[in-house]
Amino acid sequence: MSTSYIPPEFRWTNDTETCCRCKRCIKQCGWGALRWEHRVVADQQACVGCHRCEVFCPESCITVLPNPTFYRPNANWTLRHRKNVYRQAESGGVLLTGMGADQDFPVLFDSLFLDACQVTNPSIDPLREPMELRTYLGRKPEQVEVAVAADGRVSLKTPLAPNYQLAFPIIFSPMSYGSISLTAQKSLAMAAEALGILWNTGEGGLHEQVKPYAHCAVVQCASGRFGVNVEYLHAGAAVEIKIGQGAKPGIGGHLPGEKVTADVSTTRMIPLGSDAISPAPQHDIYSIEDLRQLIFALKEAVDYQKPVGVKIAAVHNVAAIASGIVRAGADYVYLDGVRGGTGAAPSVIRDNLGIPIELAIAAVDQRLREEGIRNQASLIAAGSIRSSADMAKAIALGADAVAIGTAALLSLGCTLCQKCYTGRCSWGITTQDPELTRRIDPVWGAERVANLVHAWAAELEEMLGAMGVNAVESLRGSRERLRAVGLDDRTLAILGVKPAGVGA
Amino acid sequence: MQGHTPFDLTARTLSGCGLSAMMSRRGHSVNGEAIIRSIGLLRERGNGLGGGFAVYGCYPHYAEEFAFHLMYYTPRAQEETERYLDEHFELVHEEHIPTRPVEGVDPSTAPALRRYFLHPKPLKLAESMLPTAEDYVLRAVMEINVRLDGAYVFSSGKNMGAFKAVGSADQVGRFYRLEEYQGYIWIAHDRFPTNTPGWWGGAHPFTLLDFAVVHNGEISSYGINKRYLEQFGYQCTLRTDTEVMAYLLDLLLRRHQLPVDVACTVMAAPFWRDIDALAERDPEKAELYRALRMVYAGALVNGPFAIVFGHRRGMVGLNDRIKLRPLVAAEKDDWVLLSSEESGILEMCPDPDRIWAPRGGEPTIVELDADVFPAVPSAVTRADFGPLAPQETTR
Repeated sequence: MSTSYIPPEFRWTNDTETCCRCKRCIKQCGWGALRWEHRVVADQQACVGCHRCEVFCPESCITVLPNPTFYRPNANWTLRHRKNVYRQAESGGVLLTGMGADQDFPVLFDSLFLDACQVTNPSIDPLREPMELRTYLGRKPEQVEVAVAADGRVSLKTPLAPNYQLAFPIIFSPMSYGSISLTAQKSLAMAAEALGILWNTGEGGLHEQVKPYAHCAVVQCASGRFGVNVEYLHAGAAVEIKIGQGAKPGIGGHLPGEKVTADVSTTRMIPLGSDAISPAPQHDIYSIEDLRQLIFALKEAVDYQKPVGVKIAAVHNVAAIASGIVRAGADYVYLDGVRGGTGAAPSVIRDNLGIPIELAIAAVDQRLREEGIRNQASLIAAGSIRSSADMAKAIALGADAVAIGTAALLSLGCTLCQKCYTGRCSWGITTQDPELTRRIDPVWGAERVANLVHAWAAELEEMLGAMGVNAVESLRGSRERLRAVGLDDRTLAILGVKPAGVGA
Repeated sequence: MQGHTPFDLTARTLSGCGLSAMMSRRGHSVNGEAIIRSIGLLRERGNGLGGGFAVYGCYPHYAEEFAFHLMYYTPRAQEETERYLDEHFELVHEEHIPTRPVEGVDPSTAPALRRYFLHPKPLKLAESMLPTAEDYVLRAVMEINVRLDGAYVFSSGKNMGAFKAVGSADQVGRFYRLEEYQGYIWIAHDRFPTNTPGWWGGAHPFTLLDFAVVHNGEISSYGINKRYLEQFGYQCTLRTDTEVMAYLLDLLLRRHQLPVDVACTVMAAPFWRDIDALAERDPEKAELYRALRMVYAGALVNGPFAIVFGHRRGMVGLNDRIKLRPLVAAEKDDWVLLSSEESGILEMCPDPDRIWAPRGGEPTIVELDADVFPAVPSAVTRADFGPLAPQETTR
């Protein structure tokens, strides 16, 4: 094998004056990029820029910078394109990546602005007045019927379908044990329990260690059916059929055999060391009527006691697809936009397939309302919810709740180096190496994740208060509280949002 | 600008206001003098750009006919509307709505005002496949208001009428000669619009069939309330918050057959913490509240409001759930009085037996006594509803 034509992406340096030679950086690097030769020496090619060593250096003497190597500029043949060609010339393979799309895609959230009260209606101070974020996931009837007894006592006549009560309109997105470490998953599970929200098993089964948190877990049933049995379905708070993922719409998953350790093999119910292949489609779902059968098979399995939802990637015809899913009996629809994250995906898929979540959620919410079936399912928006503001805007566009994956991992230390698929994560998140996974203490991790959700919830309360409403349902679908800057008329029409400067 | 209606109907009008109302539980009628004086006293709460009244029991001679009040801004609008009415309804009587010149009501902005007493043509009603005459009337009102430029139905109930104009409310009352009408429910409203186009139709009350609503406030949840109502076929054409209130009431009370107090807990829902606390004492009732909030999330009216709405059997006063706008209630014999201010009540009745400030979200429900108006099975209940008890101040 000849030398790679691709120069290192990062330049690792340390200040030898202040370096105390503790070698901690060498130990921290999961990539084997550092070694000891009377001083710390870096294999620049191996550094992924995850900054683990830098954060843990007691002398703060490490600096990781982008490699300043200069190529002749070419606006068409960007460095990214050139490097990808070199890589493929070297390997002949599909280029892999991790996490969500990193390109400069338009983020419509950033063109949307929220309203606030001035004079004619008062804003509400969330520190002094109640502010309600409680959200129910699941199917609702179109109307409530009540019985009035002779003594005037009113009682409920309409039976309600199972709904899951969320303390905040936030849930964790599916991340399987396998794609992430058990310590990372347990952090999310413990945080979800403490917060009163949901975590999601992803397609990785339910490990013994997280079973105590199954009561607040969405258990996923994806194309590989890993870890799925009746006990698993009954253990969860809700069941989710995974059709697609925003980062890789239309394609399946591949957990290489090297990562199928004894523990992973038991949890997924597959042979030790075998590749875990999730097929691109679910092989018993080739049509909407097939989906309906699986939805009801799962509802039967859980005695109609839990919501059954469907997760899809946001694609061009998402509104019609979502409508079909609701009519097929799903209790919620999880929409994952093009900027959504992944543990491993071909770059070309991640960066080119699907549509942004803002347009998807707006189109789906409107379509379901036009068809009079919006009450029949909750909508979850995902695919790069980066802040409480993104969450508020997604809710205003029509989402019942948002799902966060990347943000939750960032709170565990992830720096978005995008190398999840290598299984060498120095932060102990996307790896199965016990030396690395033990870097996350789930108690510590749960606290950080819960802090994040509490912070976003507090910010959402501030925004609701500024808008003069004291319940999140008064923002949900209230596009009147959004204004846009710099969007074309067609996009505005799809979003159902007026341009800024237009009043009530 | 939309057709011949000389105002921008695409702009939503925000307004502050004053309101007063009175009702006799025994169905005793009085003329409009007291209510005109009461709302006149609250003139500081309005700005002379809109006032209006609703009165129940005013058309005893045509009590079983739908009474349509129409505003026409062009002769053509009148022609088209009358053609439409001829085609769809049997007209029993029609006439000009009597008025008198009054300072403060500008005749140059005035539309032609006519009223029609009518009922659906039986054959047309059958052909429409609509379940009731009320649905038929509702559709007709929507069609005229949406489709026919320059025509506006501002009242369509039975044995009740709405009267409204640009001017101060007391001037509007004199303009329509309301001291010559008799009624057992009177509801009045004086308006302080902040961006009014000065359109007569923009004044309160807003009516739909027998419902009449007056409203002080701005609905901060307007965007979702409007989209929620659209799912049930309501089109919010007037771009006023109050229209949303009228449609919500129609949906909850008439179409979904919810008792009045239940409908009030939908629009001004109890807090989750109160529902959770109630669950320990009365799980069944807490379950009802939980279901109402889950199912009718889009009908929660958030933001400051005080409303009074009338229907044939009674009247209800309601505040938003944290009482961001004033509302005072009082009782004297068989009369119940509501007003934005205590002074407004004392102007109607100088010596009430009892006067109190209803809490946020706590409806003040007044009904005709059963012997006056026999209760309909699915109608108003007086169940002790909600975790909050009334806070009473005795004078």
